[in-house]
Amino acid sequence: MSDTQSTNEFRSELRNWLEANCPAEMRGGGATEDGICWGGKNWVFTSNAQKQWLERCAAKGYTVPTWPFEYGGAGLTRDQEKIFHEETNRIDARSPLQSFGIWMLGPALLHFGSHEQKLHYLPPIARGEVRWCQGYSEPGAGSDLANVQTHGEDKGDHWLVNGQKIWTSYADKADQIFALVRTDREAKKHLGISFLLIDMEDEGVETRPIKMISGISPFCETFFTDVKVPKDRIVGTENRGWDVAKYLLTHEREMISGSGALEAGGRALGAVLTDTLDHLDATLKADAMRCEIDALAMGLTLERYKDQAEAGQGAGDASAMLKYMGTELNKQRHELMMTAGGSAALEWDGEVGNRAGDWLRTKANSIEGGTSEVMLSIVSRRVLGLPA
Amino acid sequence: MNKLVMTEEETMLADMARGFLDGAAPVNAFRKMRDEGQTHDAKLWKEMAEMGWAGVLVPEGAGGSDMGFAAANVIAREMGKTLVVSPFLSTAVMAATALRQVSDTRAMEALAKIASGDVTYALAVDEGIKHDPDATTLEAKADGNGFRLTGKKTFVVDGAMADRLLVLAKTADGLTLFDIPADRAGITRHKSNMIDARDAAKIDFENVEATGDDVLGQVDSAMTVLRPALQAGQAALAAEMAGLSAGAFDMTVGYLKERKQFGIEIGRFQALQHRAAHLWCETELTASAILNAGRMMDSDPKNAELAVSLAKAKATSTATLAVQEGVQMHGGIGMTDAYDMGFYMKRARVSAEWLGDYSYHAEKVAAMRGF
Repeated sequence: MSDTQSTNEFRSELRNWLEANCPAEMRGGGATEDGICWGGKNWVFTSNAQKQWLERCAAKGYTVPTWPFEYGGAGLTRDQEKIFHEETNRIDARSPLQSFGIWMLGPALLHFGSHEQKLHYLPPIARGEVRWCQGYSEPGAGSDLANVQTHGEDKGDHWLVNGQKIWTSYADKADQIFALVRTDREAKKHLGISFLLIDMEDEGVETRPIKMISGISPFCETFFTDVKVPKDRIVGTENRGWDVAKYLLTHEREMISGSGALEAGGRALGAVLTDTLDHLDATLKADAMRCEIDALAMGLTLERYKDQAEAGQGAGDASAMLKYMGTELNKQRHELMMTAGGSAALEWDGEVGNRAGDWLRTKANSIEGGTSEVMLSIVSRRVLGLPA
Repeated sequence: MNKLVMTEEETMLADMARGFLDGAAPVNAFRKMRDEGQTHDAKLWKEMAEMGWAGVLVPEGAGGSDMGFAAANVIAREMGKTLVVSPFLSTAVMAATALRQVSDTRAMEALAKIASGDVTYALAVDEGIKHDPDATTLEAKADGNGFRLTGKKTFVVDGAMADRLLVLAKTADGLTLFDIPADRAGITRHKSNMIDARDAAKIDFENVEATGDDVLGQVDSAMTVLRPALQAGQAALAAEMAGLSAGAFDMTVGYLKERKQFGIEIGRFQALQHRAAHLWCETELTASAILNAGRMMDSDPKNAELAVSLAKAKATSTATLAVQEGVQMHGGIGMTDAYDMGFYMKRARVSAEWLGDYSYHAEKVAAMRGF
C-alpha cells in the first residue's frame, strides 16, 4: 500500500485520536440490539462509555464521517473514509451511532433537500438527538410500493394526512417519520406521491409494535388520523416524492446489502463457526468456504461501487444487485451459524446468545427494502434491458 | 491506496483490445481453426507482440511494454470474450513473470524474445489429473555438473507447439524449475485431443540432459520463481474466464430478447429474467475479485495470494454457471455444434481445471482465512 503523505498523516492522527478517545468498553462486541446507540429523545444509554463515545465522535463529525462539516460530518474523502474504516476495524471500535437518519434520510436530504433543510435536519441526526423512522410500506403497498394510499389532503398551509403504514421499523422509538403520502389521487401512481416529514408526537399519530417470528418487535404499524403536516415539511417537489423515495431506497438497499459482505479484515466465517464447533464436518466446511468466498467478493464489490461513485461512474440500479446478493449471503451465513450452534442455538438467549433470534431476523433481509424477486426484476429490466 | 475502479488507461486498453480482437480474432476465427485442426495462429501472436501484448510483463529495457498485471488481466478478459487462442497466458504472463524473478542477462535475453513474439513457452507442472505442484515426482537427478530429467507431465497447456518448456522437477532437497528447449533430446510430446480444441500435451522426459544454466532461479527452490508465475497465470486465467462469462452472458441475453415462443420473446418470462439477472449479479462479484487481484499483484505481490485464489475460485464458479445457463436458455440450438455456446462451455471446463480448480483455490482461501 502506498499511502501518500497526507493520507499517512490522516491515519496517524486518527489512530492517536481513537486511542485517546475510544473507551475500552466500546471496543469489541456490540452486536446486541442496544449495543450501538440509535439516538433520539427516548434513547437510554446502556453505559457511560456509550454516551461518551457518541459525544466525542459527534464533536469530530465521526458519526457521519463523509457528510460535509456544516451538516455535522467530518467531510472525509473516499481515501480517508477507507482509512477511517481500517483504523476503527483495527481496534474493533463499535460504531458510535446507527440510525435510519444516517443511512436513509440523510443521503436523501443531502441530494434533494434545500440548504436550510440540510442545516435544520442533518446536524441533529449526526449528534444522535433525533431518531427517524421510515413510513413506506402499507398493507396494500408491499412490493408494489408506488401503490401507497395514505392520503394528504391539501389544506392550504398544510396537508391533512390519513392512512396506515406498516413495517415501520422502530416507529415506537422514533421521534420523526419520513413518509410517502399520496397528494394527488388523479395522477398516475408514481406521479402523485410526496415525501413528507412528520413528527411522531403530532396529534393523530399512533404506533403499535408487531411481534415477529424472532420474538422481538422491531417493526410497527403506524396510523395517521387527521394529522396536520405543514407545507414546509416536504423533501423535493410536491407529487415528485417517488424520485426521493427511489433514491433513498438505493441507500437503504446498500445499507442492507452490507450485512452479507465481508471485508478482508473482517472475521472469517470459519472462525465464527469454530466458536461453537471444534470440528467442522466436510459438508459444513465446504458450504462455509463457498459462503466465505462469496462474502469476500461481495465486500470487494461494495468497495468497487464506492470507488466507482467517487470516480464519477454511477452505479445506478446496481444497488438492486448489491441488496439481492448481500441479503441472500447473510441468510446463508446465519443458516451456517445455526448449524454450527447445534442444539445450543435452539434456546432463546441460551449459551450462544440470541443466535436463533438473529437467524430469524435475517429472513426479513431479503423482503425489506424490496424483495429479492423485486431486485432481480429491477436488474432484469434496467440493467439487462429485458422486456417487461 | 488501491482503487477498485478501472483507470482511464485500462479502459482505453480494453477498448483497443476489443477493437483489434473483433477484427482479428472473432469467435468464427476460432471455429475455423478448430475445423482445420489448428491450435496456434503464429500471425496473430506476432500482431499481438507488435501491440506490446507479448511484452505486457516484460521490462522496457528488454523491449517490453511493462504494463503490469492488472493490464494483463484486462487483455486476458477481452480475449476470453471471443475465445481467442494465443500463448498469452503461458508465455506473456507466466513465463515472463517467472523469468522476471531472475534478473540475470540470460533471463533478460529470454524476456526480450518473449516480448518480440519470437519465443513461446509452456509450463510443464502437472502430473496427475489435478493441479498439485507440491506432488511433483518428475525427477532431476544430479549428474556431474548437470541433471538428468526423467518422468511425465500432463495437461501442459501450449505444450505441443511451445519453443521452450518450464519444467518443474524434484531434486535432492526440494523442487527445481528448468527452462529448456522443447526439442531437447529425450523429450517426447504427445498432443492431447482437448475438448476446447486448444493446445495441450502430455510430455515424456527420458534422461533429458540439463545443465546448471538451465535452472531458473535456485536449485531446490523453484517456488520462489514459480509461485509468482502461477499467481499471475491464475489471475489472468480468472480474468479470461470473466471475459468468457461475459461473452456467454451477452449471447444469452441477446437470445432472450430475440427468440419467440408462445407468441412473445422468451425474455418476458420472469423465470428466465430472474435467472439471467442472478447470473449478472455473479459476474459483478467476479469482476470485483479480479480487479482486486490485479491491484494486489501490482502493489503488493507478496501478499496477493488470497486475492488471486479468491479471483480464480469465483471466476470458476461464475463461468460454470454462465455456460450452463447459456446452453439451457438457448434450448436445443445451444446443444448444436453449429452454434458457438458449446465452445464457451468447453473452454470454461478446461479453464476451470487449469492452474487449480475451485476446490484447490477454495482450500487456499480457507487456509488463509483461518478455517
